[in-house]
Amino acid sequence: MSESGRPSKVMGLGDAVAEMVRDGDSVALEGFTHLIPSAAAHEIIRQEKKHLTLIRMTPDLIYDQMLGMGCAGKLVFSWGGNPGVGSLHRFRDAIENGWPNLLEIEEHSHAGMANRYAAGASNLPFAVLRGYVGTDLPKVTSTIRPITCPFTGEELMAVPALNPDVAIIHAQQADRRGNVALWGITGIQKEAALAAKRVIVTVEEIVDEFVARPFGIVIPSVAVDAISVEPGGSHPSYADGYYDRDNAFYAAWDPIARDRDRFRAWMERHVLGVETFSEHLRSIERAEALR
Amino acid sequence: MTGTVENDSYTTDEMMTVAASRELRDGVVCFVGIGLPSEAANLARATHAPDCFLVYESGTLGAKPDVLPLSIGDGVLAEHADSVVSVPEVFNYWLQAGRVDVGFLGAAQIDRFGNINTTVIGPYGDPKVRLPGAGGAPEIAASAKEVIVMLRHSPRAFVEELSFVTSVGYRHGGDSRDELGYSGGGPTVIITDLGILRPDPETKEFVLYALHPGVSVDDVREATGWDLGVADELQTTGLPTNEELRVLRELRWRTEQARGGQRA
Repeated sequence: MSESGRPSKVMGLGDAVAEMVRDGDSVALEGFTHLIPSAAAHEIIRQEKKHLTLIRMTPDLIYDQMLGMGCAGKLVFSWGGNPGVGSLHRFRDAIENGWPNLLEIEEHSHAGMANRYAAGASNLPFAVLRGYVGTDLPKVTSTIRPITCPFTGEELMAVPALNPDVAIIHAQQADRRGNVALWGITGIQKEAALAAKRVIVTVEEIVDEFVARPFGIVIPSVAVDAISVEPGGSHPSYADGYYDRDNAFYAAWDPIARDRDRFRAWMERHVLGVETFSEHLRSIERAEALR
Repeated sequence: MTGTVENDSYTTDEMMTVAASRELRDGVVCFVGIGLPSEAANLARATHAPDCFLVYESGTLGAKPDVLPLSIGDGVLAEHADSVVSVPEVFNYWLQAGRVDVGFLGAAQIDRFGNINTTVIGPYGDPKVRLPGAGGAPEIAASAKEVIVMLRHSPRAFVEELSFVTSVGYRHGGDSRDELGYSGGGPTVIITDLGILRPDPETKEFVLYALHPGVSVDDVREATGWDLGVADELQTTGLPTNEELRVLRELRWRTEQARGGQRA
């Protein structure tokens, strides 16, 4: 029990994912380059979750991994690449060849996705923006529709709210009452958390009290359902104040993911073959794991 | 990497970056894409445009990276930024609100009217190559007051017809962009490793405006998938100065040191 008498939200990540992520759910794991919830993605893979609608503005390595392991039936996104390196090969193989399963895609721009989360967090049915007009995106994405402003008559574009069944984010700290602190680039995490029905947060550590930091945000405990302590939990992404981005890992991922067999073998050894993310981090410490 | 740089020894990529950096005026608010645009924008900031205000889509406003970020959300962008805001805020309050003077974009494919494809090569439902997708580009192309595009010249990149229109330039040419209701003015220049293209004021078709030193019109036309027009008074791009090359190479050197020095 917490100080307030409410049941503690702190639990093991395995339990949090088992309890809150169900087959067929829509799940958003957000983090804009910074604070990517990698530990939770590995737990989803280990628990063999299936038929998920995976949502993320910038699907990157963890989405490559979840797609390649067959966790998803659908992907909602706005930019899918390995930043600074090139393609996401599992993402491409899924879309180009339907491997390991057919993948439905729902494709937006960043502005569209950001506004969809903001509408979801506001309990509105849709968001409006100036964009998409004249591009081919409305032709291939049915969730982009024109709308006329009732006040000025201006033609705008509407996109429906995103209300994921589950949002998962990684933060630097939680306090003893279950509030969550993030600082540095905080991306879309607040909106994703407030738009979702259930919220899992992994944190670097639990502290007695937060220290005020420029550009920091706090997500209050009432908007969080589960907190799991996962030090290093956003590797190979970074956690401002804790560790740097592992750029070498992003580069090393390219040849691993390029080949189906090599990808499977790597996942079996370093994700399925371990029980926790800490164990995963130890298993890839040896340099040969990246070759 | 300091010391004298002979300005007859530079790469075509360096020429491209230098030419692009010169397009950025001091004091402008510039929304920067990652990769080539980021390098050019930071070269400009380190040379003639110290007060240009760099905005990255990760929400960093007034970013002052001392090394080049590998990703759009690297810590170095937030470290010295004037402010760091959420993603909805950077797109809505800054870009859509018209606070961005210059958008700096890359492209996989571009057509004669500066429309850009970063989505797919081949049919959308059965793609030959699946590219990363839109990211922030469609709204940058829509709302930045002007857009600078940077990409290497090749017939595969400069195409007669795009597989997919991800971001709008001058659409079908002429004043057809105006019908879309965008506040931004569209692309004003395409910088490549061979030269500089600018739109014809009437037709809005991009024509060859300047050749980089040592490049011929035929070189550029061969690398362009449409019948490229040439401006009446064709210019030659000024050679990279010693100072530009020194600053660019130092920036790259610091970046490599920083990347190599990170936890692997």
